[in-house]
Amino acid sequence: MTSPASTDLAPPQLSAGPRPAQGPAADEGLARRLRALACTAPLHDLDARKANLAGEYTVYAMAEVALAAIDLITLNMDFDTGADHEQIVARLLPRVAAQAPARPAAEHERVARWVLENLINVGSVDRGFRAVYGTFGTDGVYVRRDYDFKLIEEVPGYGGGVYLRTTDEAVNVLVGALDTDVTSAQIAAEVKLEVLINRGRLADAQLAAEQARYRTVQYAETLRKTLEATRRNVRAVDWLHTVPDMIAEALDHVADRYRHENAILTNIRKARDEAEATNDAKTAEHKRRAAELVDIVKDCIRRHTQLQSRLLEAGPLFRAEQDRQAFAAPAAYTGLDLYGQLVAPVLPLPVEQATRVTDAFFAHGTGLRTPASVRLGDLVDLLLTPPVEREHLGAEMPEPDLIATPDDSRFSEEQLANAMRLLDLEHDAPRRLSGLLAEARRLDPDLPYLVALLAVHAASPPVGTAYRQGEERLLFAVDDGTPLDDPEFGGADLIVGTAMLDAAGMAADRTEAS
Amino acid sequence: MSETHAEHTDAWSEQEPPQPPAAPTASAVTPADAADAARLVSFGLQPKLLPARDAEYTELLRRYREDPAFARLADAVATGLGLVVLEVSPRAGMAVTAGEDSVFAVRMGDYARRASTDSADRFLHGLAHLAVAAMAFPRPEDLADDTYIGRFTVNGVDAFVRQACLRLEQRAEEQGENTDPASDAPGLEAAWRTYARRSATGATKDARRLAGSTTGIVGKAAAFLTDSGFLQRTGDEGGGSYRTTARYQLQVRDMAGSAAMAELLDLGVVPVSDGSATLLPPPEGDDLELAADAGLPFHA
Repeated sequence: MTSPASTDLAPPQLSAGPRPAQGPAADEGLARRLRALACTAPLHDLDARKANLAGEYTVYAMAEVALAAIDLITLNMDFDTGADHEQIVARLLPRVAAQAPARPAAEHERVARWVLENLINVGSVDRGFRAVYGTFGTDGVYVRRDYDFKLIEEVPGYGGGVYLRTTDEAVNVLVGALDTDVTSAQIAAEVKLEVLINRGRLADAQLAAEQARYRTVQYAETLRKTLEATRRNVRAVDWLHTVPDMIAEALDHVADRYRHENAILTNIRKARDEAEATNDAKTAEHKRRAAELVDIVKDCIRRHTQLQSRLLEAGPLFRAEQDRQAFAAPAAYTGLDLYGQLVAPVLPLPVEQATRVTDAFFAHGTGLRTPASVRLGDLVDLLLTPPVEREHLGAEMPEPDLIATPDDSRFSEEQLANAMRLLDLEHDAPRRLSGLLAEARRLDPDLPYLVALLAVHAASPPVGTAYRQGEERLLFAVDDGTPLDDPEFGGADLIVGTAMLDAAGMAADRTEAS
Repeated sequence: MSETHAEHTDAWSEQEPPQPPAAPTASAVTPADAADAARLVSFGLQPKLLPARDAEYTELLRRYREDPAFARLADAVATGLGLVVLEVSPRAGMAVTAGEDSVFAVRMGDYARRASTDSADRFLHGLAHLAVAAMAFPRPEDLADDTYIGRFTVNGVDAFVRQACLRLEQRAEEQGENTDPASDAPGLEAAWRTYARRSATGATKDARRLAGSTTGIVGKAAAFLTDSGFLQRTGDEGGGSYRTTARYQLQVRDMAGSAAMAELLDLGVVPVSDGSATLLPPPEGDDLELAADAGLPFHA
C-alpha cells in the first residue's frame, strides 16, 4: 500500500514548477546566512550612528574599534571570569588615539566606552540585539522570525564584579568557521606554525599562532563547563569510563601541547636572536614579529598550566561528593524529582503554558506575608512629625593631640650623606676600608662607625634587589685576608668598590622571564 | 511520587476535618485556651522565629503535641485565618502557609512590578523560584530526607538553568528546528529561549545587581525566600550563598511541588514518574564526544 502511494506522490512534487521557496531545507541555509549577516550589523551600525553623536566623530573608525574590542575580550577571557571592563577600555585607547591624535584624551575614552557599551547594547533589557528575518515553513507559509543574539555579554565574577565575555556569535564573526573539532583544529594550526617558522615566514606564523590561541581559549572554556557540571552532581556523569578517559585525554593533551609549545618557543627565540645579528628594516620587522609570537606562545603555556591544575582537582572532588551523595542510607520513600519532573519538562514548553506551571509553583512556594495594617491615628502622627534635621557635616572632629616622637636615630641625615659621598667610588678604583675610615675620622669622629657598617653590609651586596630595580651601580666589599689596623675597629681590611651593572640587559631579561 | 502525595492527603484529612467537630469540643475549652491557640498560630506567622529561641513558643508547641483538643483548636484557628498547617514540630515550629485566596498569600504583582505587565518577566520570576528549589534539593531523596539541608548560590542556580537551556538549544539545532519565534506570537516562544536570551548580569551605575538580569531575578527570589524564613543566607560568594530550612522543604514537598505538578499534568505533559531518579548518566553513544554538554547535570 505504501510503496505505490509514494510513487504516485513523487511526480507532482518534482514537477511542481516555480514555487516561492524550495521548502525548509533550502530555506535553512538562507536563514543561517541571514543570522550570520545579522551578527555583523551592530558593527556597521556603529559607523552609521556615529554621526548622531554630539560632536565631530567621523574621524573614528568605529567598526575597527569594535572588532579590536571583541579581539581584546576574547584574548583576555580567563578560565574563571572574563575580561575586566576598565582594562578593555584602557587597552582600546591607544588604537582610538591613533585614529585621531589631535583630539583630547577624554574624547578618546568617550569613544572607547561608547563602542563597548553599544556592543553590550546597554539600552535594552536583554542587553542583546534582535534581527527579524523571514522563512517559508513546511506548509509554504511565509513566517517572520526574531533572531536574538549578543556579541559581548556581562557575566558575574568573583567578589560580585561584572566581567565581559564574547559570545559564540562574536567569536564566529571574528575568527570564522570555528564550528570544527577543537582538538584537530589545534593540531593543524600548530603543525602549520612549525612549518611556517622553519621557512621563515613569520607574518603567516603569527596569524597561525593567534588562531591556535583562540582554539586554546575555546578548549579551556569547554573543559571548565564540564568540570563545573561534574561538581554539581556525581551521578550525572559517568565516572567509570567517560570522565576518567576525558581527564586522561586532557592531561595528555596538556603535556603534549606543553612540550610542543616549549619547542616552538625555543625555535622562535633562536629565530629572533639570529635576526638580531643583522640590522636592516626587514629583519627588524621579523624580530618584532618573533617577539610577539613569543608572547602568544607563552600565554598558551600559561593557559595550559592553569587547565592542568583544574584537572588534578577533579579526582578528590569526585571522591568527596561520592561520600556525601552515594554512600548515605537510602531514604524511606522517594520525593518529587524537582528537576526531572518539573524543570526539565517545563523548559521546552511555550512560555504561555510554562507560565501556568511556574505561577502555580510561585503561588504555593513563596510562603506567606503578613499584610501591614495602618491605624489612622498612627498615620496622622507619622505624617505630622517634622523630619529630623540631619547634620550635614556630621559631628565635629576632635583636634588630634599629636606628641612629637624624639628623634632617636644613631646618625643624622647629614652624616649619612657624608658617608655615601665617601663611598661613591669610581668603578675602576676600589679602596681599602682602612683608608676610608681614616678619611671619615677627619670629617667627623662619629662617621667611621657608619662607614664601617655600610662596608660590612656591602660584603653581601643585594644583587637580587638591584637586578629587579634595574640599578646601574652596586657597592660591594671583598675580604682578601689583610687584617684591619685601626684604633677603633678590628677584623678584615675589606676592599670596597663599585660595580657597574648592565641595566639595559637586565631589563630585557626581566621582560623575557615574566 | 503519587503514593507520597496520597499519603499526605491522608495526613490532611486527619487534620482538617476536625473543624466541624470543633464545636462540640468547644464546650470543654475556655477563652484562655483559644487565646493560647491563636498565640501559637501568631508564632507560626513569624516564620523567622525559631522555637528553640522562645520559651513560650516551645511550651505551646509541646502543648499542641500532647493535648489533642488544643491541637484541634489551633488547627481551627489557622484554617479560619486561611492558613494551611504543614507541620507542627520542634524543628519547624508551627509551620503554616497561606491558602490559595488567603490575605497572607503572596501575589506576583506585589512581588515584582514588571511581572504583571510583561509575560516574559512573569515567567522568569516563577522559574527562578522553581530553579532555586531544584538546586536546593537536586535529588528526590534530598527532598524526602527530613534531615537534608540544601545549599546553593545565586550564580550557581543561574548557571544551572543556563546550561539546561543550552542543552535544549543544541538539541533543537541537532534536529534542525528553527527556534526563533514568530514575531507576532511571542507567547509561543520556547520557555528556555526566554531565559537564554535574558542577560545573566549587567553593570549598573550604583554597583548593585541589575534587577532585570537573570542573576538579579534569582537573587530576588533567594532574598524573598529568606524573608519568608525558608532560607538562611550563609555568605556572599557566588552572588550570595544560602542554605535551606525545614520549612522550605515542607513547603516545596507538600505544597508547591504538587501544585506545579498538577498544572503540568493539566497541560497534558506527563513527566516520567516511575520513582527512579532522572539524574542518570547519558546513554552510551549519546554524549561521548568532548563537548560542552558532556557533563551536563541531568539527562532529561
